[in-house]
Amino acid sequence: MTTKYTKDHEWVRVEGNVATVGITAYAAEQLGDVVFVELPAIGKAVEKGGDAAVVESVKAASEVYAPISGEVVEVNSALVDEPAKVNAEPTGAGWFMKLKVKSAGELNGLMSEAEYNDYVKGL
Amino acid sequence: MMNKQGRPTTGTATNGGELATISGHRGLDREVKLIFETGRPGACGVDLPEPELKHDRLGGLRRRGAIGLPGLSEPEVVRHFVRLSRKNYAIDYGLYPLGSCTMKHNPRLNEKMARLPGFADIHPLQPVSTIQGALSLIDHLAHWLKLLTNMPAVAMSPKAGAHGETCGLMTIRAAHHAKGEAHRTVVLVPESAHGTNPATAALVGYTVEEVPANERGRVDVAALKAKLGPNVAAIMLTNPNTCGLFENDMIEIADAVHKAGAYFYCDGANFNAIVGRVRPGDLGIDAMHINLHKTFSTPHGGGGPGAGPVVLSAALAPFAPVPLILHGANGFELIEDDAAAKSHDAKPFGRMTAFHGQMGMFTRAMAYMLSHGADGLAQVAGDAVLNANYILASLKDVMSAPFAHSGPCMHEALFDDSFLKDTGVTTLDISKALIDEGYHPMTMYFPLVVHGAMLIEPTETESKHALDEFIHVLGTLAKEAKGNDKRRFEGAPHFAPRRRLDETAAARKPVLRWTPPAKAQAAE
Amino acid sequence: MRYLPLTTADRKAMLSVVGAKSIDELYRDVPREAYLTTLVDLPMHAGELEVERQMGKLAARNVSAGSVPFFCGAGAYRHHVPATVDHLIQRSEFLTSYTPYQPEIAQGTLQYLFEFQTQVAMLTGMDVANASMYDGSTATAEAVLMSARVTNRKRIVLSPNLHPHYAETVRTTAEAAGLSIIEGNETALDDKTACFVVQNPDFTGAIHDITPLSDAAHAKGALLVAVVTEIVSLGAITPPGEMGADIVVAEGQSIGNPLNFGGPYVGLFATRQKFVRQMPGRLCGETVDAQGNRGFVLTLSTREQHIRREKATSNICTNSGLCCLAFTIHMALLGEDGFRKLAALNHDRAVQAADKLAKVKGVELMTPTFFNEFTLKLAKPAAPVVDQLAKNGIIAGVPVSRLKPHDKAAQNLLLVAVTETTTPADIDALVAGLSKVLS
Repeated sequence: MTTKYTKDHEWVRVEGNVATVGITAYAAEQLGDVVFVELPAIGKAVEKGGDAAVVESVKAASEVYAPISGEVVEVNSALVDEPAKVNAEPTGAGWFMKLKVKSAGELNGLMSEAEYNDYVKGL
Repeated sequence: MMNKQGRPTTGTATNGGELATISGHRGLDREVKLIFETGRPGACGVDLPEPELKHDRLGGLRRRGAIGLPGLSEPEVVRHFVRLSRKNYAIDYGLYPLGSCTMKHNPRLNEKMARLPGFADIHPLQPVSTIQGALSLIDHLAHWLKLLTNMPAVAMSPKAGAHGETCGLMTIRAAHHAKGEAHRTVVLVPESAHGTNPATAALVGYTVEEVPANERGRVDVAALKAKLGPNVAAIMLTNPNTCGLFENDMIEIADAVHKAGAYFYCDGANFNAIVGRVRPGDLGIDAMHINLHKTFSTPHGGGGPGAGPVVLSAALAPFAPVPLILHGANGFELIEDDAAAKSHDAKPFGRMTAFHGQMGMFTRAMAYMLSHGADGLAQVAGDAVLNANYILASLKDVMSAPFAHSGPCMHEALFDDSFLKDTGVTTLDISKALIDEGYHPMTMYFPLVVHGAMLIEPTETESKHALDEFIHVLGTLAKEAKGNDKRRFEGAPHFAPRRRLDETAAARKPVLRWTPPAKAQAAE
Repeated sequence: MRYLPLTTADRKAMLSVVGAKSIDELYRDVPREAYLTTLVDLPMHAGELEVERQMGKLAARNVSAGSVPFFCGAGAYRHHVPATVDHLIQRSEFLTSYTPYQPEIAQGTLQYLFEFQTQVAMLTGMDVANASMYDGSTATAEAVLMSARVTNRKRIVLSPNLHPHYAETVRTTAEAAGLSIIEGNETALDDKTACFVVQNPDFTGAIHDITPLSDAAHAKGALLVAVVTEIVSLGAITPPGEMGADIVVAEGQSIGNPLNFGGPYVGLFATRQKFVRQMPGRLCGETVDAQGNRGFVLTLSTREQHIRREKATSNICTNSGLCCLAFTIHMALLGEDGFRKLAALNHDRAVQAADKLAKVKGVELMTPTFFNEFTLKLAKPAAPVVDQLAKNGIIAGVPVSRLKPHDKAAQNLLLVAVTETTTPADIDALVAGLSKVLS
């Protein structure tokens, strides 16, 4: 089980052929208090880098891009009633969606945790 | 012998002010319940004659069940709204330095003129022979707008600035389609633009491409030229721009845009800086909306109504939307449909609204323009620019002004939050502390091209004395913040009808209307 | 100049702080060829008295509705506005404030917006309403765009009896946005249709049960957009929300706002709770402040242009603030009883007028049901009849040909609106005038 990161501040954790996707603690902090999350429909095919979800704070709205391509097999519907979970546990209970991985090779281009931490430090 | 009996005339030293009042009111600041919480069946604020009808013609669709509207007598309604009004800041009360909003004095003469029955009590569809004075007024206002902009035509019907933008881009779209150039699908918008610009371009079906700013706060002309191509329909540029600066390469930009076969749309929100001194038509602009509620002082009214006539170049004029006002043999004619317009060589792209535009704003703007005249309007712009530069010059050393090095500003002075670095004080804190000092804050966090923006537009209707006071207050706040004295910022505002409001809670669980208590409970 | 506080001495002192010799020098970024060195060729400034004279002359050349028997409607209605309304909206704190972006010092505006939203939701029978749009016609265009967003479809069906200028406004906006517009009845609905737009009472004045239309739209997965051009009708008629409408848009001018030759007016926009994040325009919501006191803020702003830019639900930035305040105050004065009575009175007078007019030779009442406006078929083309009567000091109504100039069948049709401001003597004058012109 590995967790990888994108430059747009999404994380993706792969178990078997299912990838869980969320936004990083850095992204959650930059947004401020999350007030609304728009999740994709189950069964939707998402492309790597394409729009997958929307996350909103009071003064900002941000797209969540799919870190890898795949089919949405599950969404975290708890976020609809409790968007605050995204701030409280961005990499845990604040996950957004699970994707059936289309091509595991797409993970190779993403950052490791250490690489991502360095990337954030440079921002 | 002096009488020492009597009421005390100086304040006592007790801290009675800290004690919560029995009523919840605080002197002149009263808590106000919703009308739905104070109204009751049977009370009414109007007296109407009894209807006589026994049998209705409503086809069996008579409304059954209560609507739920509260009943209140006239004195209760008056008190309710007067008490509410006292919770608002207003330009009539003090300096309202919202950048990009042009909060200037609203003369009451304009209100009086708009209420003349000959303007307020006429119907948009009554016979044209009975509204010649109204058409004459619109024509007269159009004449002033055309001369002040050196543009040959103006579409009067748009209802606000953003509606004017829509009108302008639709006119441009129609002109391209008429030339067989429907393939132009891109609109260029600088990153410092008002949000309405990209939103309008998207609404009219265009793809938006951003143009970066240079280090002088202006459009990067080289980057702009690189983006111009056969697929570009128009550029939307604000001038003076949202950093409060004049785009000094305007003519070069206009030439490049025209050479590429595109049109030049100018967002006229900041026309107040140049009215009577610079005519957009001389800069190569093809279309520009004019916010009558900014430059020509029709009141903002808590968020509207506005009015956004659009001046048009000769290339775009034929495509203006209906209605059109023409000078005919028997006075003014009103052309309301496309076919009639075509018989006058016009090719209108359509219609923006049911009727003829914001007449109530036209009358106010006309009264304002007649009052100022050509000389007064040039002075308006000059004083607006002088006031802004006075603020910039007075505060640029104590705060941080990212573009002050590039010369004078126009009608608004832009600061960023770099002077607050490592203080823990934010642009928001400065704004809220200003509220305690009796001021409406400046525009905050806009434009997006500088960090923690504070955009200050004093307008020409502020006296030097008023500016000096404001500069003293804001300068002192800046110094205290830099000196790590945060007392005035923590929890501010303290002296407003409300403390900071929880916008997060409002957005997470939106409550957008009052619900009767029984229903509200049942829903839980 | 009476509105400009700076004196010559002030300017001089300020220029020295700025470090410029003249105001002209501050315009150094303007290309020289575009900087005016002379004044624009317009008159010089004028005092109040002179401005009043000039404006008064123009106003005097119009025939105001209150000065003659008057029967125009078709989307704008003459009602009595209580004196309280105009007094209160001219309070400085309402008239001269901006959009309530700093909620701590704008609770007055925010609270009335919350009350307005509640009133509109109640009147239309819907869950939620926004803080107003420009007017009824632009609100209808926004409703059509919202339907396309909600359904992800691009086909729009407009009922033929939608106000022709509303239909044109919708067509102009929607076609630019890439939607296709079809005029037709419920049989034109298909599974690619985003919405069906129907006006009630319709443009001719007739009242319909729109429940079957809602059902037909919903069966195809489309929304039902209901348009109301006379909001007073909702004091008498079943509201669209109780007949299955998904979005209700209306012209609110009738309550609190004068005719103003067509603007400014106030567009009402209401919908179901589930569509709230797809709504255009400003929304005011309830919350608490740092001390736990109830307060109000603008909310769900991420839908709007200033945050979402090209992805916003609309480009609208203003609302119709002061007109919406006038609406809120007038509606507060009316209350349940007053509003119901006002509606009944309008219907009452309209029925009396229709019955009297129908007896005139050469006049036929075309609308068996109506609220306060009905269609008459005259024995002659209506437009010249209206012009003729205008010369005799009677504004008889709106000839349908003015709004549908290419519809031959509409030539003889006259729309007549009757409100609580219409007196029995006005009705008698119209009866006599029409009898004379048609004989």
